Amino acid sequence: MRNVLTFIWKNHFFFLFVLLEIISLVLVVKSNSYQGSVIINSTSDFTGGILQTLGSFGSVFKLRDSNTALAEENARFHNRDRNSYIITDTNTFYVNDTLYEQEFIYVSAKVISNSTNRRNNYLKLNKGRRHGITKDMAVVAPNGVVGQVIEVSDHFSSVMSVINKHSRVSAKLKASNQVGTLIWNGNNYRRGTLVDIPLHVQMRLGDSIITSGYSHIFPEGHLIGVVEDYRIEKGANFYTVDVAFTIDYNKVLYVNVIKSLHQKELQQLETYENQN
Amino acid sequence: MYLKNSIRFVALILFQVLVLNSLNFGGYAYPAFYIYFILLLPFETAGWVMLLSSFFLGLSIDFFTNSLGMNAAASVFMAFSRSGVLNLLRSKREYELVAAPGIMDLGIKWFLTYAFMLILLHHTILLSLEVFSFAGFFQTILRIFLSSVATLVLAVVAQVLFYKPEKT
Repeated sequence: MRNVLTFIWKNHFFFLFVLLEIISLVLVVKSNSYQGSVIINSTSDFTGGILQTLGSFGSVFKLRDSNTALAEENARFHNRDRNSYIITDTNTFYVNDTLYEQEFIYVSAKVISNSTNRRNNYLKLNKGRRHGITKDMAVVAPNGVVGQVIEVSDHFSSVMSVINKHSRVSAKLKASNQVGTLIWNGNNYRRGTLVDIPLHVQMRLGDSIITSGYSHIFPEGHLIGVVEDYRIEKGANFYTVDVAFTIDYNKVLYVNVIKSLHQKELQQLETYENQN
Repeated sequence: MYLKNSIRFVALILFQVLVLNSLNFGGYAYPAFYIYFILLLPFETAGWVMLLSSFFLGLSIDFFTNSLGMNAAASVFMAFSRSGVLNLLRSKREYELVAAPGIMDLGIKWFLTYAFMLILLHHTILLSLEVFSFAGFFQTILRIFLSSVATLVLAVVAQVLFYKPEKT
């Protein structure tokens, strides 16, 4: 026994190295289990607080672009406002509030940390559980989709960006309504890839790609990007479409978090489907 | 010496998390400049101090970047290899006269060799762990190389900017 202890003590540098590496690798594997590396600690109020206070310096440089985007969005909303319309025929205007049930709730939030240069990119927002944010809520910016919430703490939330190895967004071509899946291959943070579009579809460069609404996370019709190029991989039955994102992920500053009020109900239906 | 290294520890974490992680170099280069701390540890630092401080350095970065364990694993490996690299380069230079590695005391050629070897080791482990597959092998190699060069450039700039002659 004494010999073993002496041996360990003599080589403590090596054993400590092995021990620390094992701890690190266990952490890597454990946090990689589902939906990318989710760590509750990283959204903890401590790191979130530091990022928020000190990170606000950097946001100054992005203000101009995000202001433009917000102003444009405001203009769009004004266009939809009822005050912007003149009632031309009173007979056809009949508002019945019971007819419309709200399906999505928008909560605005500010990005306090962001990355675009990793293989797996995440954002942190300054809203958390206390503001009604929960897991699996969608995150969109005025000019494109951003990602989905994967973890929340009391004051902050962690968002898996669309430019992440694990990200899958159900998307469709606006012109033909053909549904595919948007993934990111890790090369360029301005380009995504749309897969699973069957070969009979007429493709056109410049077509808009929007969310399909099939995933119960994103509402239908949020802009993702435009078709920049498309090709058929050897032996494939589907197109591989290069998508130019409309949003510059390096410049997102203000986002909307979207809560789908029917998400649970729809998911419940799906579990019945899977059982039978 | 302890105070100086502790301040450097905190400053580098903040610089990495708040400045470098929000910069974008075309998506290919990810300079992990925080390991500058490990590069500059004094020669006489005890092995366990070096390993533990590197572990916590990497872990702190991990907490901020949603990559638990990756930076820690890479940093610990780098700290472990450091003494080997120092021994390898020992034949050409004497370390007795200076306390810690530095460009001004030991020469630019020595520092570049020393720093680049360790940075390359660190980045290889970090970026391979991040991708965790052999798909896109050459792309990963390119990322490792470009990131290492970026970190090396930052290290040299920091050496030149923050050089103060040791008072003895």
